[in-house]
Amino acid sequence: MAILSKEEAQAILKKVIGYSKADFCEVGLNGSDGGNIRYARNAVSTAGQISTMSLGVSSTFGKKTGSATINEFDDASLQKVVKRAEELAMLAPENPEFMPPLDPQTFPESNTYNAKTAAMTPDTRAEMVGKSLSVSKAAGLDAAGFLENSTRFNAIMNSKGLFAYNKGTDVSFSVTVRNKQGTGSGYIEQGFNDLDKMDTLALSKIAASKANGSAGAKAIEPGKYTVILEPLAASDIIGNMFRGFDARSADEGRSFMSKKGGGTRLGEQLFSENVNIYSDPMNAEIPSATFTGEGLPVKRTQWVEKGVVKNLSYSRYWAAQKNVQPLPFSRSMVIEGGTQSLEDLIKSTEKGILVTRFWYIRSVDPQTLLLTGLTRDGTFYIENGEIKFPIKNFRFNESPVIMLNNVEALGKPVRTGSGLIPPMKIRDFTFTSLSDAI
Amino acid sequence: MKRKDFLYLSGMGMGALLLPDLSAFGTPIDPLQALDGVDVKIKKELADVALNAAKSKGATYADIRIGRYLNQFVATREKRVQGVANTESYGVGIRVLANGCWGFAATNNVTKDAIAKAAEQAVAVAKANAKIQGEPVQLAPQKGYGEVSWKTPIEINAFEVPVKEKVDLLLNVNDVAMQNGANFVNSVIFAVNEQKYFASTDGSYIDQDVHRIYPTFNVTKVDRESGKFKTRNALSAPSGKGYEYMHARPEDKVTGVVTRYKGRYDMLEDVKEAARVATEKVKAKSVEPGKYDLVLDPSHLWLTIHESVGHPTELDRVLGYEANYAGTSFLTLDKWESKNFKFGSDKVNIVADKTQVGSLGAVGYDDEGVKCKKWDLIKNGILTSYQAIRDQAHIIGLTESNGCCYSQGWDDVQFQRMPNVSLQPGKEKLSVDDMIKNVEKGIYIIGDGSFSIDQQRYNFQFGGQIFYEIKEGKIAGMLNDVAYQANTQEFWNSCNAICDESDYRLGGSFNDGKGQPSQSSAVSHGSATTRFNGVNVINTARKI
Repeated sequence: MAILSKEEAQAILKKVIGYSKADFCEVGLNGSDGGNIRYARNAVSTAGQISTMSLGVSSTFGKKTGSATINEFDDASLQKVVKRAEELAMLAPENPEFMPPLDPQTFPESNTYNAKTAAMTPDTRAEMVGKSLSVSKAAGLDAAGFLENSTRFNAIMNSKGLFAYNKGTDVSFSVTVRNKQGTGSGYIEQGFNDLDKMDTLALSKIAASKANGSAGAKAIEPGKYTVILEPLAASDIIGNMFRGFDARSADEGRSFMSKKGGGTRLGEQLFSENVNIYSDPMNAEIPSATFTGEGLPVKRTQWVEKGVVKNLSYSRYWAAQKNVQPLPFSRSMVIEGGTQSLEDLIKSTEKGILVTRFWYIRSVDPQTLLLTGLTRDGTFYIENGEIKFPIKNFRFNESPVIMLNNVEALGKPVRTGSGLIPPMKIRDFTFTSLSDAI
Repeated sequence: MKRKDFLYLSGMGMGALLLPDLSAFGTPIDPLQALDGVDVKIKKELADVALNAAKSKGATYADIRIGRYLNQFVATREKRVQGVANTESYGVGIRVLANGCWGFAATNNVTKDAIAKAAEQAVAVAKANAKIQGEPVQLAPQKGYGEVSWKTPIEINAFEVPVKEKVDLLLNVNDVAMQNGANFVNSVIFAVNEQKYFASTDGSYIDQDVHRIYPTFNVTKVDRESGKFKTRNALSAPSGKGYEYMHARPEDKVTGVVTRYKGRYDMLEDVKEAARVATEKVKAKSVEPGKYDLVLDPSHLWLTIHESVGHPTELDRVLGYEANYAGTSFLTLDKWESKNFKFGSDKVNIVADKTQVGSLGAVGYDDEGVKCKKWDLIKNGILTSYQAIRDQAHIIGLTESNGCCYSQGWDDVQFQRMPNVSLQPGKEKLSVDDMIKNVEKGIYIIGDGSFSIDQQRYNFQFGGQIFYEIKEGKIAGMLNDVAYQANTQEFWNSCNAICDESDYRLGGSFNDGKGQPSQSSAVSHGSATTRFNGVNVINTARKI
């Protein structure tokens, strides 16, 4: 059984801590149980069912730390893994950045688990994929997709008495639908904790509609355009920016958040006034664990307010160096938006380009966060508030920092990947060349 | 090792080097324990349990992979050791064909009972999915090899080299960087050993011991006054070798405007040059956009080959199996059937080779029991073949697989992965200096940098590590902000000179990602220095 209850996990962790002879001992236990189906050419290509659980021990003498993990749970194995971590600690060099384990903390109960998602079986998955295939087959299109679900837990404990436990579920689905001629392609993806929110039939219909609608794309000249980025496209680009919110890199002068002459750009107006970004593990739409791997509580944090950078992320070590409180980064970012729908944003656009998603985004220059990548699976020309015709894909070279300075309007946020992101209307977005890819 | 974790680890240019979540790629173990293999007789017994259980439940074909995957990281930053980790991942993956459909199950419980149960589970998965399956799977015939084995030909097992020796080397590397003007430096040695046992109902019992090594670093120079910073990464090539790779001899060094390496690597020498180059880059001039003749060093060109030749010649991508993730390919079957699709100029000869000694992709047998080999993909510029595995071979009229099946671990299903794909050197004697002499307006690019290509592999953009301007046949100084954009077919048709065999070197990727769930594989790409005429270069400088 890969999924343990809070009490079961606590019992194992207590036993492991009891075997420790080190100055400090930190233990983590995690497990997952799930499966997947991959399909293409309107048929299943691979499918699997995987179940795993493992225990990790980190032992410290002075500032020398060793770690070991194991996936057997009898007493002899638990004693062995503690002994092995302690032996490695004795062999390890001193870590001058070592931080002792945290004292006990309190964490709110997260909302990441859903019983129905946890009960999914190979037949549930086959049925959901079957609905997706029914759309493509009926429309004479080709579908390739991926459905995956998992239930997982993680628990941590240290020798100073800290304990934390979280259990969660996920179900994710993505599908690319192409026409038989290979001249049109559409895509959609969604992920939830709750299976009831996942509708593979409705999602596949959207992808099929884009596949038909994007056929016969025309070439238009690369250049600077007003773009409307669907939430997935916006998320693809902005996700790359958040690593730059690390205080240490900024202080060291090697981040876009570093200030010329020294210091950081914390407190500066870096983006348009309508840009507000925060993270909150308790957000009902995108819940996440309320503690980090070392047991630091994760709380609601405002990262950007009215375009001003309000916080940078501090590791415990760097926070101690700078005499501030540690601040962990979150994976569940929320970019606040408005009430407008994607259609409203299109209606308000005189001339522009609608982007479904981007692909193969890579950093070109860490100094300016310049990124390159391409549009994919549905790019359309907008004129006088209407989609006029599909256009060929573009390569872009753009920085998310520049992009968030050119925000004209934000729509209603939706869950996309690990964020809650609005559709965005951006002026002067830089496309540098055309692609023949469909 | 999972790709996303390694990408995080190798994203050193963005900040401090961080060790990934170790639980994602294995179990930390005592270094010495890594040297003990599992007895082949025991593995055969376990394999037979799986194969018999699968057949008894109705499988028409079954294979089992018993895998023991060992990794070792030693990672440092300036004067600090950031992490030393030895990991092990041990378990079995069972793949079956039942009712014409694939099924797969994996367990880390390596007992006869658990293996039999996993085999039954794999058959159940296959039968559940057969209800929505299209055409039944058609498997190319494969003879059983009986009990055979293969091992990477290494001289020194990296796992037998004391951790202290690696720590001392990396701290020395960091010291050299800082002494030569760097502000920050991260360095790492990453070693891999895959102990893989494969058995199938075809009658093969294949035991393999695969080794790889990847030393690398990232040097950063910061100019506080201007607020600029520049980085340079190592010019090492991840390699299918043992620790002997770290002991470079004079004949392993390719001298020139910077020293590059052939076969073995001198990390201390390379980091000294990297610190100098990073300092020069801060003050180098920004490129004027336009058309240039590009002279591409193998330390750079491997990545262009990987993206623009390696991936589009994967048959699963051509057929649409990767459509929902990395995409399809412009090299559609009609182009191959025409027998005259002009992929590149007459000078372009590209081979696939899973047997190349010292390469990352070299093994004796693939992960579905096919003996590995070498074959042509592009011959005199014409597309001649693809990369195929057993369930695709019939589509291109092959009676046997090319042997391109691979899985990153025992708990992932095997599928089509790229073999080593390499550009063959020129047949006439031509040195790098000879090539540069003939360039009026060009850029000489060394080392790999930013890379991006569309989902059918037409439009790409590449950066690099070091850019030298070529004016009237001579190197005229360093450039910044360089990236080139091209269409794959136009680019390879603009290839008009390739240095000879004496300049041929391997580059490669330790972590090529593909599939859903995404898997990582390691692959090498060889070439000699090559020239492409009239390529579009853009300037990537921006102000924020």
